[in-house]
Amino acid sequence: MDKKKLLKIILTALVTAAFLFLLFYYEQDKRKNGHALSILERSAIYAVVAVAMNMLTGFTGLFSLGQAGFMALGAYTVGILTIPLEARQNIYYISGMNETLASWHMPFIPAMIIGGLVAAVSAALIGALILKLKSDYLAIATLGFSEVIRAIIASPQFDRITNGSYGLKKIPRFDTIFIPVIISAICILLMVLLIRSSYGRAFKAIREDETAAEAMGINLFKHKELSFVISSFFTGIAGGMLAGYMGSIDSGTFRITLTYDILLIVVLGGLGSVTGSILGSFLVTAGREWLRFFDEPLFIGSWQVPLFRTGFRMVVFSLLLMLVVLFYRRGIMGDREFSWDMIFRFFTKRRKKVEISSQGGSHD
Amino acid sequence: MTKEVLRLDHCTMQFGGVVAVDDLSMDIHEHEIVALIGPNGAGKTTAFNFVTGVYEPTNGAVYFNEELIVSNRPQGKMKKLYNGTNRDFRKEVVSRTPDQITKLGIARTFQNIRLFKNLTVFDNVLTAMHMHLKANFFSSALHLNQHEERAMREKTVELLRMQDLLDVRNEIASSLPYGQQRHLEIARALATKPTLLLLDEPAAGMNPQETDELADFIVKTKETFDLTIFLIEHHMTLVMDISDRIYVLDFGKRIAHGTPDEIQNNDEVIKAYLGVELDVENQ
Repeated sequence: MDKKKLLKIILTALVTAAFLFLLFYYEQDKRKNGHALSILERSAIYAVVAVAMNMLTGFTGLFSLGQAGFMALGAYTVGILTIPLEARQNIYYISGMNETLASWHMPFIPAMIIGGLVAAVSAALIGALILKLKSDYLAIATLGFSEVIRAIIASPQFDRITNGSYGLKKIPRFDTIFIPVIISAICILLMVLLIRSSYGRAFKAIREDETAAEAMGINLFKHKELSFVISSFFTGIAGGMLAGYMGSIDSGTFRITLTYDILLIVVLGGLGSVTGSILGSFLVTAGREWLRFFDEPLFIGSWQVPLFRTGFRMVVFSLLLMLVVLFYRRGIMGDREFSWDMIFRFFTKRRKKVEISSQGGSHD
Repeated sequence: MTKEVLRLDHCTMQFGGVVAVDDLSMDIHEHEIVALIGPNGAGKTTAFNFVTGVYEPTNGAVYFNEELIVSNRPQGKMKKLYNGTNRDFRKEVVSRTPDQITKLGIARTFQNIRLFKNLTVFDNVLTAMHMHLKANFFSSALHLNQHEERAMREKTVELLRMQDLLDVRNEIASSLPYGQQRHLEIARALATKPTLLLLDEPAAGMNPQETDELADFIVKTKETFDLTIFLIEHHMTLVMDISDRIYVLDFGKRIAHGTPDEIQNNDEVIKAYLGVELDVENQ
């Protein structure tokens, strides 16, 4: 038994080391591996949003579609606070920057945490109003909230803060991919700890049966609000990282399609599975890129294969998604978590089958 | 006389124009097993629901350990619609949500079992202990309260052992056979450390042998956990076996009250259960 535990620890350490080594290897020649690094970076950021959304939808049973809005809050906070002072004049060239804000500047990490807090506070306010709504109605209300945030950001009245529809540029980008990857890992770890705590169990109880949860002394509003605020906090953090990853953002970045991307990741990975969400974010982000050859004209001999042109990859991608959802109705992981036991079982089952069939043979 | 645990004071529950429970008064004393019986649709579960905060009674008051916990008078559109008796019996309005009621020490089970279906047996009971968590949110979320967490787990194991559910602790709750699900629901209710336990038709769907076992189990649970039990049940043998006193409801009205013997020989009760046939026999 202990031997198995040791083996698991060694395997986990090996995989982590291999992943870190891969990142390190890619970092050596940034220009050559820029594409791969960019995919990994985006995946890591999306993984945080996906796990945060899963905590809310998969574990607490609250279906919210406000992710893009909370990411926008985080991203703009980071943008406004981290753009170098000397560059601000050029960016806010239309109507100038708000005097108070213009002198505020701080490094990325504190700005990112403030971004998370901004998202969390607005979630607390909005949650107090809408968390009484059930399922689809909550989704529509949060969707509306997300669009309101986007509209406010783009509105000319806020030009001096958000630079309106011109967006923010020259946000300092990450020097190394290790920053977003490590921050993501910490965020996900914190959420996993929460999900495994007594509060996490209360969240699951609410998902399973609100009436029964309430009868067990669980205050529905308090726990729903907690889950919503914490999920939004981490979504805001991820939004901040997205700003640091992209370098320039505008209100168009945070369209509803961004939320749908995250929803896709969560559903594909499996509602109620953290590892599923992580896996999903890497698969979906990378999948889009792997399919890029469908976008280029393909010749077999002198015959040009029809349909292979710009945009075709999204058709293939959508078809693949439909197939996955048809065959794995509950996502890749369902509501289970990845564990080494799963892998062990997979192999031992095979071996047992082989043993049984060989034994059956020798008996005769 | 022992201490009074629960008292319903002229409680009326009206849905729209329908009076589901009309002017129900009753009291339950410490260490008693009191049953509420009556034909289908008599308003028994409704009575449970306003005691546990799922509904607010339209009129009347509920006391727990001689403290007023729920009280209401016809308000809003009920001012016009109200057609129960003893209108405005209580002037003050006190309402509590189900979780607040549970925190006072009243736990319940449901008529149509409501387990956390996709959680394990162990987690079902462990979740019910969340209410008593002493650690604040951050120390719990960061797993800094290992000592408390361990204590909760030990208590869960203990509860499961008492209910003979320890062997199936890692099973998913919905995969258990029906009888065991009932036991699990009771175990989960006990995990909230109640002093008053409300059982809504615990023997529903059980065969005679299981029902006998359940009767023993309820009495034993009452003794071990020092409980008072308030029970709704259709199974007459079970009710007559274990109850100290019985209240009978028919069409929302309390028609009889007494010891099992008194109830069995009460004409009103027999009439309510058997309808007109009694008249035919009498003639």
